[in-house]
Amino acid sequence: MSDSTVNAHLHNWPKMNRRRFIKVSGIGGGLAIGGISGCGPTEPRPSDISMQSLDSDQLLELNAFVHVLPDGQVQVYAKNPEIGQGIKTSFPMIVAEEMDADFTRIKIVQSPINQAVFGAQFAGGSRSTPDNWDRLRQAGATARAMLISAAADRWGVDQSQCRTEAHQVINMQTGASLDYAELTFDAAKLPLPDAERLELKSRDEYRLLGTRVSGVDNPDIVQGKPLFGIDQQLPGMKYAAFAKAPRIGGRAVSANLDEILDMPGISQAFILGGSGGPTQLRSGVAIVGDNSWRVFKAKRALRIEWDNSNASTDDWQRIQADAESKANQSGTVLAETGDVDTALQNSSKTLKAWYSYKFVGHATLEPQNCTAWYHEGILEFWAPSQTPGSAIPLVADTLGLPAESIVVHQTRVGGGFGRRLMNDYVCEAGAIAKMVAAPIKLQWDREDDMRDDFFRAGGFNQLEAALSPEGKMQTFHNHHISFTNDGDRAVAGGGPFTAAAASLEFPVHTLANYRMSQTLLPLQIPCGYWRAPFSNTLAFVTQSFFHEVSDAAGRDHLEFLLELMGNGDWLVEGNPSALNPQRGTAVIRAVAEMAGWGREMEPGRALGLAFYFSHRGHFAEVVDVSVDEDKAVLINKVWVAGDIGLIVNKSGAEHQWIGSVLDGISSMAAQEIDIDEGAIRQTNFHQYPLLRIQQVPEVEVQFIESDFSPTGSGEPALPPIAPAVCNAIYTASGHRIRNLPMSVEGFSLKSQRSI
Amino acid sequence: MPDYQVSINGEPRTANDVDADTPLLWVLRDVLDMKGTKFGCGIAQCGACTVHLGGTPIRSCSFPISAVTQEVTTVEGLSDGGELSALQKTWVELDVPQCGYCQAGQLMSATALLKSNSNPTDADIDSAMQGNICRCNSYARIREAIHQAADMEKEEGNV
Ligand code: FES
Ligand code: FES
Repeated sequence: MSDSTVNAHLHNWPKMNRRRFIKVSGIGGGLAIGGISGCGPTEPRPSDISMQSLDSDQLLELNAFVHVLPDGQVQVYAKNPEIGQGIKTSFPMIVAEEMDADFTRIKIVQSPINQAVFGAQFAGGSRSTPDNWDRLRQAGATARAMLISAAADRWGVDQSQCRTEAHQVINMQTGASLDYAELTFDAAKLPLPDAERLELKSRDEYRLLGTRVSGVDNPDIVQGKPLFGIDQQLPGMKYAAFAKAPRIGGRAVSANLDEILDMPGISQAFILGGSGGPTQLRSGVAIVGDNSWRVFKAKRALRIEWDNSNASTDDWQRIQADAESKANQSGTVLAETGDVDTALQNSSKTLKAWYSYKFVGHATLEPQNCTAWYHEGILEFWAPSQTPGSAIPLVADTLGLPAESIVVHQTRVGGGFGRRLMNDYVCEAGAIAKMVAAPIKLQWDREDDMRDDFFRAGGFNQLEAALSPEGKMQTFHNHHISFTNDGDRAVAGGGPFTAAAASLEFPVHTLANYRMSQTLLPLQIPCGYWRAPFSNTLAFVTQSFFHEVSDAAGRDHLEFLLELMGNGDWLVEGNPSALNPQRGTAVIRAVAEMAGWGREMEPGRALGLAFYFSHRGHFAEVVDVSVDEDKAVLINKVWVAGDIGLIVNKSGAEHQWIGSVLDGISSMAAQEIDIDEGAIRQTNFHQYPLLRIQQVPEVEVQFIESDFSPTGSGEPALPPIAPAVCNAIYTASGHRIRNLPMSVEGFSLKSQRSI
Repeated sequence: MPDYQVSINGEPRTANDVDADTPLLWVLRDVLDMKGTKFGCGIAQCGACTVHLGGTPIRSCSFPISAVTQEVTTVEGLSDGGELSALQKTWVELDVPQCGYCQAGQLMSATALLKSNSNPTDADIDSAMQGNICRCNSYARIREAIHQAADMEKEEGNV
């Protein structure tokens, strides 16, 4: 199916949400357009605001803020953090496109943190782009309309005689042109155009969107400019380390603080009791000194007595035995259609398999850190966080401070992957800063970072399927065994977000009988969201098992998968969060064609296929592997076909897709966090291998740009890779990997070349 | 506590009151306020802290200041008076960074490679770059940017 055929089916995108904008004057001149959050279409709002008349709180109220300065430079405010997902580049591209601005004259300014006025400020769930797409386009189009109108007035011509290109309004009658710089002053005096009549470009008019644009910070990054949280430097700043318990939940009782204070450069050492559990402030010993090395050395010299009475006793061996004993219990039913039990009993051909996967960590390359300064009753932070917005209420609650006294500045973030959705290190920095009469930079070492993570939960799945005599899968039961920290809900990332989500899992729509049930085991170890939460493991389990079923039925996997997909309608009409079988079919067919599915391969070499829908993205992947007798796996190539609607920045999206695929390979190969009597065994990268350059296969991607608005690119390419690799290994070697990482089954990843 | 004189990017610098075992990394970052060199693991496993000592790449997290006797080059010293090096240029052109955190270390390893090998093969790149982790997995572009920078230098007759 070609892209255009897909598009023909898929034009039911929900109506655009029109925004109300306001005009702002008095900030350095020029034309400034903002929006007021929470401003409903019927609420009366001034259409014109003078900046001088606003107090500083109101100043913050401007969002989707586009400011054309008198020299023609365009500034765009972004309320969401940059974590490497590329919004600092893609947001200005969207505004520049609608404005016909010269991209080199447009700049993004990261907005202050104030969720009361900006709404949620975070980077997670691949949401930054879909949440901002409409408002950025409209802000750009509003500015363009006003610049045209100013030019038309100047020339005394009708606006229809004007067009825009490359930061200029062009008079189509005379060929004269005016740079935006020459028009901002006049444009700022004009009334705002009617939002309802604003014309946005159609896709075929785009010049910038869909091209490849290099990240706007790249020149600074390659010169080592101080952009990251870890690079913050304040006058008189001290350095802090914080030693926490080896066993999660242990409390510091006493320590050799006097000895520590005698060490060179150490100015303070004190015990913090902790407050509110691991998402807030863990208990430990803080050390403050005059450089990072000295506080690290002092941390290593600490002898701490821990009260482990409430510490974790979690242990993977016991967890595993417990899970196995519950495999055949029924669990809590999250979603069910048809009659699974009867179908399984009556079917002549059934399959059953037990899958498991271990815990993994985030291992952002920039270890957690945060700079904080408590001065004049204000607690000020420079935080490399994915959720700077929610840091404020969290810190306020943890430290018993009024939220108004807390200020958070955004920094560039050296990798998120979900780890920095948590703000525990921000709370720690705040608690330490409150005790120090100077700014402090709290620096975790890698050992802290690996131990005090919010892990991607391990888990277990008991799967059952029944086939019809014709080899059609009609019945599927997935009993998911995960964990709960509170005895009630699944840990973050340890289950489908809602029962409704469980009822939308592929391929519920083409099965006669489907059940997803859940059993939750108690766990104290903190878990969290990890790139493509829950999907990252569920895809491995289900897409591997469906291959097992197709194999048992003697069917070709591609044909089997397309049958499971069906060609029905959108699962929930108009809801981009639901699977759309037509988009699914298109990506599966595309990837099969790219990879030459069905071709002859030499012995020990095979292709593997998988599909997954998550985070609004439909992705299919094929992997070509060779497996030798020693279970060493060489990934010869990966093909990816994905549909996330329009691609804003092809360079950024390709980066995210390939990065996701390789992240999936990296984690499935040999990453595991071992839980041993409440403690984490891995301490640093020598025990937690990340993919290295010599292991990286070629990854070819194809953007299937259906007619939908763009959605996020940071996550949905990850889930299909592990099952695609495992399916290929099975076909090449006959060995079915049912436990990840694959190293636990004796498989290893080969280098691409001998070096 | 001792003071140490070191030459960094051609400039004499003094690190006052640091312990002899302080890794060069922390002298650069905390004492001399040169933040380009990054901390990733502290045990010579990730390469984020790579600098050159007498032209040879070393992991500055595991190299004490008291053993620094030769010229140190850091990422801040790669561009020549604002003119980006060939590698820095191809890094920008090919949009190599994602989060960007590892890239100073990657550039230092790549710069050392091109200095000793003007026409590296993929295997040469593997062996020079295998100590540098990119958690965001920008590896394919790193490889391509090294090849293109090598070509650029050849065209410019620099080698
Ligand atoms: S910080 Fe030096 S190698 Fe990782
Ligand atoms: S770009 Fe993020 S670690 Fe390399």
